[in-house]
Amino acid sequence: MKYPTWANLNIKPIDFQEITYYSIPKQKKKLNSLNEVDPEILKTFEKLGISLEEQKKLSNVAIDAVFDSVSIGTTYKEKLAKSGVIFCSISEAIQFYPQLVKKFLGTVISPIDNFFGALNSAVFTDGSFCYIPKNVTCPLELSTYFRINDKDSGQFERTLIIAEKNSQVNYLEGCTAPKYSENQLHAAIVELIAFENANIKYSTVQNWYSGDEEGIGGIYNFVTKRGVCIGKKATISWTQVETGSAITWKYPSCTLIGKESSGEFYSIALTNNYQQADTGTKMIHLGEKTTSKIISKGISCGFSKNSYRGLVKIGSNAHGSRNFSQCDSFLLGSSSLACTYPYLDIWNSSSIVEHEAKISKVSEEQLFYLTQRGISIEQSISLLINGFCKDVVNMLPMEFATEADKLLSLKLEGTVG
Amino acid sequence: MNNILLTLKDLEASIENKIILNKLNLEVKENEIHVIMGPNGSGKSTLSKVLAGHPSYKINNGSIFFCNKNLLEMAPEERSHEGLFLAFQYPIEIPGVTNYDFLRIAYNEKRKYLKESELDPLAFMKLTEVLLKKLKIKNEFLNRNLNEGFSGGEKKRNEILQMLLLDPKLIILDEIDSGLDVDAIKIICEEINKNIAQNSSLIVITHYPRILNYLKPTHVHIMIEGKIIKTGNMELVEILEKDGYQGIF
Repeated sequence: MKYPTWANLNIKPIDFQEITYYSIPKQKKKLNSLNEVDPEILKTFEKLGISLEEQKKLSNVAIDAVFDSVSIGTTYKEKLAKSGVIFCSISEAIQFYPQLVKKFLGTVISPIDNFFGALNSAVFTDGSFCYIPKNVTCPLELSTYFRINDKDSGQFERTLIIAEKNSQVNYLEGCTAPKYSENQLHAAIVELIAFENANIKYSTVQNWYSGDEEGIGGIYNFVTKRGVCIGKKATISWTQVETGSAITWKYPSCTLIGKESSGEFYSIALTNNYQQADTGTKMIHLGEKTTSKIISKGISCGFSKNSYRGLVKIGSNAHGSRNFSQCDSFLLGSSSLACTYPYLDIWNSSSIVEHEAKISKVSEEQLFYLTQRGISIEQSISLLINGFCKDVVNMLPMEFATEADKLLSLKLEGTVG
Repeated sequence: MNNILLTLKDLEASIENKIILNKLNLEVKENEIHVIMGPNGSGKSTLSKVLAGHPSYKINNGSIFFCNKNLLEMAPEERSHEGLFLAFQYPIEIPGVTNYDFLRIAYNEKRKYLKESELDPLAFMKLTEVLLKKLKIKNEFLNRNLNEGFSGGEKKRNEILQMLLLDPKLIILDEIDSGLDVDAIKIICEEINKNIAQNSSLIVITHYPRILNYLKPTHVHIMIEGKIIKTGNMELVEILEKDGYQGIF
């Protein structure tokens, strides 16, 4: 396999021999519950605002935390088990539910799908696994927090979510990493499978370390995410808020096989300093009357580069299908770059595809109006950006939406000179 | 004797090397209503923007003092906190930002500046509901995006709501009558008279004398080529209406 070079990205060569492919937090024995997790690790998570203990008590969210290469604890397991939902690390799933893992793992993204997917398939050690049985609406929101802690470590986790007929699940994913001056690779795979009338909603708030102001260090976030709507009227919805990483390179996609199935992609990508992003989605319509919706908001500040790349493919049998895409870009300052690469590949004449795109800048008049009312320039800009992103932020679950708003404002700090 | 609120002395301001305000002098005291009239391009709107601190204009000469403080050393938001309010001729639309969020942030920023504690969302809601009732505006007005898709009248009423909330010392009305029909002008002016004019001074910039049927000015200034060439009272407006700007010279 060849290293792919088609993206609108400048990537320093990666020495694949130098990466630590397995790193494990120091611990002596296998953990039975969260109480046995090393308090140091819990403290790290708490500092990040991710308190497993707190979340367990206060909110209706079940959490799996993946630290470097291993899962360190899953909350709320018993409550979930009562409704038949399986939520655990993928290493546990391999031990306890081998028949499910064997049946589905790698069916959405084959090991030879792409370069970084192949790397993940070869070296992955852990990740999250989730199975929602027939007719079950998952009683909790499920959530995984990923953390790369080790300096030389890469992270190659895998997530597999299966939603059986008439089931429903909301899944949230958060990512952080500490500051190191070396670039680190995160090459994950996420596979979603939705059967008839099932509904999977997958939300990401990605805040991997993005490198410093000069662009030194930061995570390479090269992730393959794909969902397949196998059954009739199945729905898969991706929502992502991408604020971190030195380079973000990913296209959460949907393959729509079932009749009247639908895919959605809502994205905010904010790049600052020397960050780069080439992100978007693929909507592959194969079944009849399938629908998809894409809303992408890109914000570029500093010297960053922000590209939307999206494919809408409507196959010859996908009669009466429909797609709507809206790609908005927002430029801050005069040294940043925004690009849009929409690919439309339509093979029948009974389908409708719409594409809207818009590029805006902060207007001086808007800033003047807001500052005249006593709002500082920094706050005005963050208000304008939050307004620009609102359609997408509204798609996130409540607590993530607040987090996303804060994160966006935080990332904009110092963008006004 | 009323205190002096605003003093402009020999003010010269330019945009892209073109001088717009030329040795302008003006003094406004508390509880006064000043009207500035003048033909197109005389610099009336520039004056309002310069007072509010629009970044496009350069001040070459002269001084502006507001409540004995040097206004030219202040950023636009400080001028606002100090009590200067510009009602825009065309209020700007801000997509995705609700009127409520905007008003609350603006209000709390002023309180912070004055070293008062910020109002929490519930307390702020109560406060705005009282003001909305005063202006006979429905509560749903707050949930709409700031000025987005507002009619001309709604935009102007929103400006008045902001005035009530921020309680300024000096209000500049920049052609508040533009884009409004006769009835709407009357309503807006009544609201200004009833709710605002007692506590604030006004600078009214206008093309058309009809707004002066409702706002009773204490001073009338005629501005031509960036300079106030004549100051008087309502009689000046009558001359203007009869003979146009020619009648002034």
